[in-house]
Amino acid sequence: MKLTRRHLLAALPALGAAGLGAGFIRMLHGLDQGHFDPRAINTPLTGQPVPDFPTLPSLPDRPGLSRGDFQTVKQPVLLSIWASWCLPCMEEIPFLHQLAASLADATAPLALWGLCYKDQPTSAARWLDRAGHPFSRLGMDQDGQAAIDWGVSGVPETFLIMPDPQVGGRIVWHGTGSLTETAYQAHILPHLERRP
Amino acid sequence: MRLLFALCLLFLTIPPSLAVDTPDEMLPDPALEQKAQQIGQQLRCLVCQNESIEESSAPLAKDLRHIVRQQLRQGRAPKDIEAWMVQRYGEFIRLRPAFSAMTALLWLMPVLSLMVALLLARRLWHRSAPPAPLTAEERHTLDSMLKKD
Repeated sequence: MKLTRRHLLAALPALGAAGLGAGFIRMLHGLDQGHFDPRAINTPLTGQPVPDFPTLPSLPDRPGLSRGDFQTVKQPVLLSIWASWCLPCMEEIPFLHQLAASLADATAPLALWGLCYKDQPTSAARWLDRAGHPFSRLGMDQDGQAAIDWGVSGVPETFLIMPDPQVGGRIVWHGTGSLTETAYQAHILPHLERRP
Repeated sequence: MRLLFALCLLFLTIPPSLAVDTPDEMLPDPALEQKAQQIGQQLRCLVCQNESIEESSAPLAKDLRHIVRQQLRQGRAPKDIEAWMVQRYGEFIRLRPAFSAMTALLWLMPVLSLMVALLLARRLWHRSAPPAPLTAEERHTLDSMLKKD
């Protein structure tokens, strides 16, 4: 059979469909491995110094959160943005506890801090009483203004901040949605291992 | 039935409104308020991503509307307010993305597709042009062949 121009033209849609299929399979694979997130948003703060945000009070008897804390901390910080009214935050809390437990020893390579977004102190305290308190620092951002400085568009979101004495901490990763073991291993662990 | 009709009529008469529905959210100066709305209509709500912050009723959109108005009152220029937003949420927050290397293809696509269409149309036009008329010699040959039959 002779290959005519007509055959070639007819093959085009088939090739297009095959390409599209291959793309979808790659996307699904990436979804599984954690390096593709369909809900990912623009994260212009990645690679930037910790933003200027208003100093946040905490719940009674707990240390709050300010920009200065990122300047003095010696280890990387995992900052979790959460709220007591947020269901996916409930989903990620077991993993955060697991993480906090593994960080409990003195040579902790990571500090786990929290920023409570648009929440009442009483509701947040009740939630933490019930779910446990994995954060060594907690900022209560009741009006949500500090979260806007962090480019937060919803809860939960997570930031990884590496110590950088010159700029007072640098954001190296910003993720949306519940933090999972998969996301931790794909995005956070590599940064921690790269550290001398 | 009458009640249903009345209700329908009622809903039909609700004017299409922006999400800024509480007067305390609006600036007292109508000119400044209009400016705020113009800025807000160009900013994407990060929660309901196809709505502007002026249209969205998400709490974050309300906060951002408030910030736009607050900064306008402090005398900041619309350009600076947009830059403030882009610094936090990226170029994505602009409903009308700025022209840059990243967005060049997006902005130039209408011109490019028009050019391609014109080229294609020209080719088609030429192909469908009537064939050149017969020369005298060709006509003569044709006539003699037809006469033979």
